[in-house]
Amino acid sequence: MDGVKLHGAWASPFSNRVVWALKLKGIPFDYIEEDLPNKSALLLQYNPVHKKIPVLVHGSRPVCESMVIIEYLEETWPQYPLLPTDPHERAVLRFWVKLIEEKGLNIWIVYRSVGEEQDKAVRESVEMLSILEEHGPNKGKKFFGGDGINIMDIAFGAVACWIGAIEEVSGRKIFDAAKFPRLNSWIANFESSPVIAENLPDQEKLRELLARVREKRLSSSTHK
Amino acid sequence: MAKVGEVKLIGAWPSPFVMRPRIALNLKGVEYEFLEEKFGGKSDLLLRSNPVHKKIPVLLHADRPICESLVIVQYIDKSWPSSGPSILPSDPYDRAIARFWAAYIDEKWFPSMSGIARAQGEEAKKAAIDQVAEGLSLLEDAFGKISKGKPFFGGDAIGFLDIALGCFIGWLRVTERTQGVKLLDEAKVPGLAKWAGRFCADGAVKGVMPETEKLAEFAKLIMGKFKAPPPQ
Repeated sequence: MDGVKLHGAWASPFSNRVVWALKLKGIPFDYIEEDLPNKSALLLQYNPVHKKIPVLVHGSRPVCESMVIIEYLEETWPQYPLLPTDPHERAVLRFWVKLIEEKGLNIWIVYRSVGEEQDKAVRESVEMLSILEEHGPNKGKKFFGGDGINIMDIAFGAVACWIGAIEEVSGRKIFDAAKFPRLNSWIANFESSPVIAENLPDQEKLRELLARVREKRLSSSTHK
Repeated sequence: MAKVGEVKLIGAWPSPFVMRPRIALNLKGVEYEFLEEKFGGKSDLLLRSNPVHKKIPVLLHADRPICESLVIVQYIDKSWPSSGPSILPSDPYDRAIARFWAAYIDEKWFPSMSGIARAQGEEAKKAAIDQVAEGLSLLEDAFGKISKGKPFFGGDAIGFLDIALGCFIGWLRVTERTQGVKLLDEAKVPGLAKWAGRFCADGAVKGVMPETEKLAEFAKLIMGKFKAPPPQ
């Protein structure tokens, strides 16, 4: 079988998603840490459209966009399935993945903005959490995937596991554990589950990095 | 084959997103009931079937709702596997490429399209139009690489990526007319310009792609509604 390489970044939720999927499926891979302010020529060659990580390279062929990569992994390595076989169940999960993809970006707007823009992003983030709390599948079970982690858990993990650091660095509250008991349990289950626990960014390092980048960004915009 | 009444689609004729599952159902030869939403209101059925987003399209298959246009298209492909051609490419890598470009279209290109109508002033309008043209140029490149000389992104027959992009052709033509620009320009994007003609002429598309004239009238109507003073 052709070798697998992943171009990623330790602090990136999107990069971590792919690592989780690779490790859950037991797919051996080489990991290349990209320095985001100095992206490699190879990365730019593999992802000319977005110039972003993660990029999975299978043999010599690149696949970009974290959830597209995960669907590709699912179709190429069937062990530890992340999607059910029933077309309707698959459609329901993909619906949720899309929702998480679209609304999950709001936490990053909270991170990098101030004032009204930030207020709106906080509201939209809370709305997304409310929807998942109430309507997310497999209520009462450990994960959205039931007893095991599935594609929706992986998608949401990239949002949930970064909220804490974003809250601290931006000074805004997004996740009220009292309001979201189901999601609160989910986070505890997810972060303690074997593969995930070993593949989460160090929270202190993450806070430091996010604080540094945020300060730089905000101070450069006020010097216009 | 679906039983009569088993497949319903909640939608509206002008919506490019609604067009996507309609084309997919046509490719598969699946008969369905089209439940047309009235402009300006949302039916109880829609609100019940898509409580999270309250948006069209929604496919109802034996009364089970499926939402999100491209999720529906993939569902249709899987549910009627032996009818018609495969909508998604058969090779996993080709599928990944198709999904990548579909995500680009929905997340980057379509928002730039709707940016044109929202742009205030000449400069902003020009910038918005340039953005759309840039995107089309990227898609032209992708078309060359993916179609490999065949008529469609999907090869000999319409496929997932054709559907993902082709549904916007009607609105692209309306934009060309109202803004006085050429977007599907044979000089700049020759591959896509010819592809657009083939796509719209295809049997699965012809009946569901509204005529530019009708869409332009509809566009005027909704722009009028947005600009009109509020009712007293």
